[in-house]
Amino acid sequence: MKDTDIKRLLYTHLLCICSIILSIFIPSFFLENFSILETHLTWLCICSVSVTAVNLVLYLVVKPNASSKRSSLSFKVTRFVKCCVYFLMSCFTFHVIFVLYGAPLIELVLETFLFAVTLSTFTTVPCLCLLGPNIKAWLRVFSRNGVTSVWENSLQITTISSFVGAWLGAFPIPLDWERPWQVWPISCTLGATFGYVAGLFISPLWIYWNRKQLTYKNN
Amino acid sequence: MRLGSGTFAACCVVVEVLGVVLFLRGFFPAPVRSSSSSKHQAEPPAPEPSAGASSNWTKLPPPLFSKVVIVLIDALRDDFVFGSKGVKFMPYTTYLVEKGASHSFVAEAKPPTVTMPRIKALMTGSVPGFIDVVMNLNSPALLEDNVITQAKAAGKRIISYGDETWVKLFPKHFVEYDGTTSFFVSDYTEVDENVTRHLDKVLKRGDWDVLILHYLGLDHIGHVSGPSSPLIGRKLSEMDGVLMKIHTALLSEERETLLPSLLVLCGDHGMSETGGHGASSTEEVSTPLLLVSSAFERKPETWLCVLWSLSALSADVFFVHPVNPVWPARGSRFRSCWLGDIRYPKHVQQTDLAATLAIGLGLPIPKNSVGHLLFPAIEGKPMREQLRFLHLNTVQLTKLLQENVPSFEKEPGFEQFKISERLHGNWIRLYLEENNSEVLFNLGTKVRRQYLDALKTLSLSLSRQVAQYDVYSMVVGTVVVLEVLTLLLLSIPQALSSKAELEVPLLSPVFSLLFYLTFLVLSAVHVIVCTSTESSCYLCSLSWLTAGGVMVLVSALLCAVVSALTKVLVRGKLLSKNAAHSNSRWSELDLLILLGTLGHVLSLGASSFIEEEHQTWYFLVSTLCLALCHDIYRNYLPGDDCEPQRCLHVEGGFDGATPALQDKNTSSAVLELNRGCKSPSSLGTLRGYEKWMVLASPWVILTCCRLLRSLNQTGVQWAHRPDLGHWLTSSDHKAALSVLAALSLAVIFALIQRRCSPASKVAMALGLLGVYCYRAAIGNVLFPWQQDNKDISKGILEARFVYVFVLGILFTGTKDLLKSQVVAAGFTVKTVGLWELYSGFVLLAALLLRPHNLPVLVLSLLIQTLMAKFVWKPLRHDVAEVTVMHYWFGQAFFYFQGNSNNIATVDISAGFVGLDTYVEIPAIFLTAFATYTGPVLWASHLVSFLSSEASSSSALSHAGFCYALIGSFPVSAYIILVTSLRYHLFIWSVFSPKLLYEGMHLLITAAVCVFFTAMDQTNTKS
Repeated sequence: MKDTDIKRLLYTHLLCICSIILSIFIPSFFLENFSILETHLTWLCICSVSVTAVNLVLYLVVKPNASSKRSSLSFKVTRFVKCCVYFLMSCFTFHVIFVLYGAPLIELVLETFLFAVTLSTFTTVPCLCLLGPNIKAWLRVFSRNGVTSVWENSLQITTISSFVGAWLGAFPIPLDWERPWQVWPISCTLGATFGYVAGLFISPLWIYWNRKQLTYKNN
Repeated sequence: MRLGSGTFAACCVVVEVLGVVLFLRGFFPAPVRSSSSSKHQAEPPAPEPSAGASSNWTKLPPPLFSKVVIVLIDALRDDFVFGSKGVKFMPYTTYLVEKGASHSFVAEAKPPTVTMPRIKALMTGSVPGFIDVVMNLNSPALLEDNVITQAKAAGKRIISYGDETWVKLFPKHFVEYDGTTSFFVSDYTEVDENVTRHLDKVLKRGDWDVLILHYLGLDHIGHVSGPSSPLIGRKLSEMDGVLMKIHTALLSEERETLLPSLLVLCGDHGMSETGGHGASSTEEVSTPLLLVSSAFERKPETWLCVLWSLSALSADVFFVHPVNPVWPARGSRFRSCWLGDIRYPKHVQQTDLAATLAIGLGLPIPKNSVGHLLFPAIEGKPMREQLRFLHLNTVQLTKLLQENVPSFEKEPGFEQFKISERLHGNWIRLYLEENNSEVLFNLGTKVRRQYLDALKTLSLSLSRQVAQYDVYSMVVGTVVVLEVLTLLLLSIPQALSSKAELEVPLLSPVFSLLFYLTFLVLSAVHVIVCTSTESSCYLCSLSWLTAGGVMVLVSALLCAVVSALTKVLVRGKLLSKNAAHSNSRWSELDLLILLGTLGHVLSLGASSFIEEEHQTWYFLVSTLCLALCHDIYRNYLPGDDCEPQRCLHVEGGFDGATPALQDKNTSSAVLELNRGCKSPSSLGTLRGYEKWMVLASPWVILTCCRLLRSLNQTGVQWAHRPDLGHWLTSSDHKAALSVLAALSLAVIFALIQRRCSPASKVAMALGLLGVYCYRAAIGNVLFPWQQDNKDISKGILEARFVYVFVLGILFTGTKDLLKSQVVAAGFTVKTVGLWELYSGFVLLAALLLRPHNLPVLVLSLLIQTLMAKFVWKPLRHDVAEVTVMHYWFGQAFFYFQGNSNNIATVDISAGFVGLDTYVEIPAIFLTAFATYTGPVLWASHLVSFLSSEASSSSALSHAGFCYALIGSFPVSAYIILVTSLRYHLFIWSVFSPKLLYEGMHLLITAAVCVFFTAMDQTNTKS
């Protein structure tokens, strides 16, 4: 049971990584002058859309926490709407946090907001897919000793690594190297992306490595 | 001997301060000196070189100028004269620059761009060491060889008006002087009138040879309102008038004498975009230097200028930019000459003036001068004299090189000097023998070029190797600091145990063999180093007794470290035998604190991170708030109501990343003192309103920090960004500033009064009222009934009124503390006493901070209140965490105030609040307090918070220990970093100021730790 779960986890994560890599290379066939640094905003949009799409598709196909009881259509619709509202709220919350961290309030609003969207894509979208719009479940997963499955464990790892990546991404900004990627928010988005990819890589391996020690209490 | 951990930490920090002082003494080197600098009597000047034939020119050449007037305008930036401002406000000077008989240069000042070192550089021609910044406030007399002393010795009559630094530097040198003090920054008219009022009389009298005028007004305007203030223009026009007056007087007098006279206009340093100075930005180091004399040739007319600039434009400009040939990058030179608005004078060094002045006055060149003669000044002389002057200068520089560089023969400058001297000899022989003018002229030009090259090379290589570091003192200082740090680290487990006491072996090392052996070895090393070294060494210059004391200290510390180490090892073995692996893990907050501290220390190795250190602290504090937020939400929000070990989960992902810290697991057990009694459901007991406050407080704190961040932009990269502080201090928004100040003072009173005794409440209210009156008196803010600021005074009466209340409140607080100790009246009296001390500090800060910084004080109080009430108390953080958070916030507030790691941002005007004249000790104390308000206020809040809230009696001494540890960690690491980076390009501009700041911060930390210990002592006694 667990080994098959880990295998599925690995494949889904590889697909997610592929989607990010493709979002770097595919658009250059269709768009002129496309590059990550120069047309950063375009890349951010493409990347977040593709990651969201892949996450949704994977969720529908793999169904990690397939609930046994069938639910009505209206329930599904409200659930979807709720998810959208949660996503938007997380985007705005991240935006506010960035401004509190020192991002300019008036200038570069679009850049900051797109960074917030990207970070939400890396963190909130998988949470919504896996846990649904359920704050209590979120808090449970992100508090110590709260995970109940391989999926939740990997979710915890990828989310934390995305945050840490974005956090570390702010470090090069004050350096006086005058590189194009030091401009706000490029280094942070790149950091978040690297963090997310690293989390996707590491989490199956780490779970596999520690599979003996990990015992999940099934609800 | 058993010591409390607070006492122990305080002792450690005090010893560490000694070590840092020793290091600083070694690090800030003595500048390049000629070894014969002590004797002032002139050696015979170098005779003219001659190959074979004997020359009759063996004496010093006669002076070129009869009279020299030096007009030094403080903080005169180059674009104030040569830029558009100069054209607009200084028409006469612009006329002199463009058409008059003058030579203009941009003289580059070396950092530190502070007045006294700059005056020294101008007059001695040497590059003063960085330590002169520290000495800037009490300038001792200048003992080095300099132009003024030489002129005095040559019987010249010198008069000085202006900044009294001159009088202090050159006591008894001036036949007449009137010193103005430079410390009332807000006064910018009277200072200059005090100089100008003498002018008419002196110019008419004419019984002097050198006249020095030092105008301070421009610098004061810069400090108060920055370089773009409208006051600058008015001041420049006034200075232009002064120049015109002097120049016309000199011209009219010249007709009667044979020799022409020289007028020198210069600035000592520039002015940054914020109006300060001290660092090494282009605006701060570029000063104009204008030499005006009828001996110089007049400038060509404008059409010649066009020709010149056409020839200066290289052809590629026209070919590369065929579309727009007139306005490419270098086209601006063309345009400027055409329109006559911006000049492009040659860049020279500020030190070059000394040699030029000496030659101009017919004096020997100062021995330590590293500058070279400004050649245009002697260009009009006959060839033989030109070569003579150049030779004198080269000989002087070569002598300096020989004394300072062991392998001087390999220097390129030395070889060039030899070649040019030989050529010069040939030329002299030719000159004395025959008179073929064309051959002579051609050869002379060649010799001249050779000399100029040699001068340039020599001057460059001399100023590059400004001085050697005194490595021996640095090493000893570093060893002391590191030993203290190791001792502190090793004693963590003991010091933070619940007893808060530790065994300090004081007697045993004195009798141990190790101690005597180390002492012997160190003494031997000392003797060897001091006898073998040639360069100056501070430790060797100390008396034998003092040096021996240092050695004893070092070896005693070593013994203490060794004994502590063995103890720790023994205990570690015991623990591992008992298999007492602590099951308490690092919480996220502890991890953040540890990694943040480490990260900050590592970031000090990069110059950009030092320049932008405020960003590091803001970032850390924001992250801290988010971590607290996470903590709160996890503890508060229901859902998983306390299931302690719901599922077995391996150690978090971070533990793998910190394997080196595994050995600290033992200490982590004691670090988390009160963790056991913390239960997640503690918030359940809170009432509804408090619950919401607890949930909201991290966000409120984050918002406050963001507001403060936009109040003062500091650092380097983003310092030019508009900020609220500049908006508020601009004269258009005085009403807004007044409202804000009044509001802030009211809020301060509301926040601070709740725990004061009634008497100090009244005192506080009156004091804050006095602060507003003081601000109104010096013209920062307005009273509602007073519409225009008519009479601006220094506000001495008002400030003293506030001082009375500050002292009163502090006195009441101390009295309460003493009472609590003697009468044992208990807890409340002591708490009130500590709070009163704290509020006394707040009142003093309100008086001293810049007017737009009052919100910093308000928000600091607000954050402290919120944190104490809604974060630390309900979440029951342990003492170590609370201490570190206080330290972090203190650091962040240091930068919120507008400070940076740059000398220029120190607000020296705070040292003169309420003082009539400059009094050294109060001024230094007040400036230090105003600069370190943030850390000091947070530390004193920590004391009063812990003594009122903490459950255990050892809380204060734990806090003292943690504070000492976290304060001394960055200093020790930084000392090592700076030693390894001592040949870095930015060592003087970035790393050295930071080192001074770190040293000062350690001193403040030591004071805080002593304060902790004192409080702890009263605690244990009561």
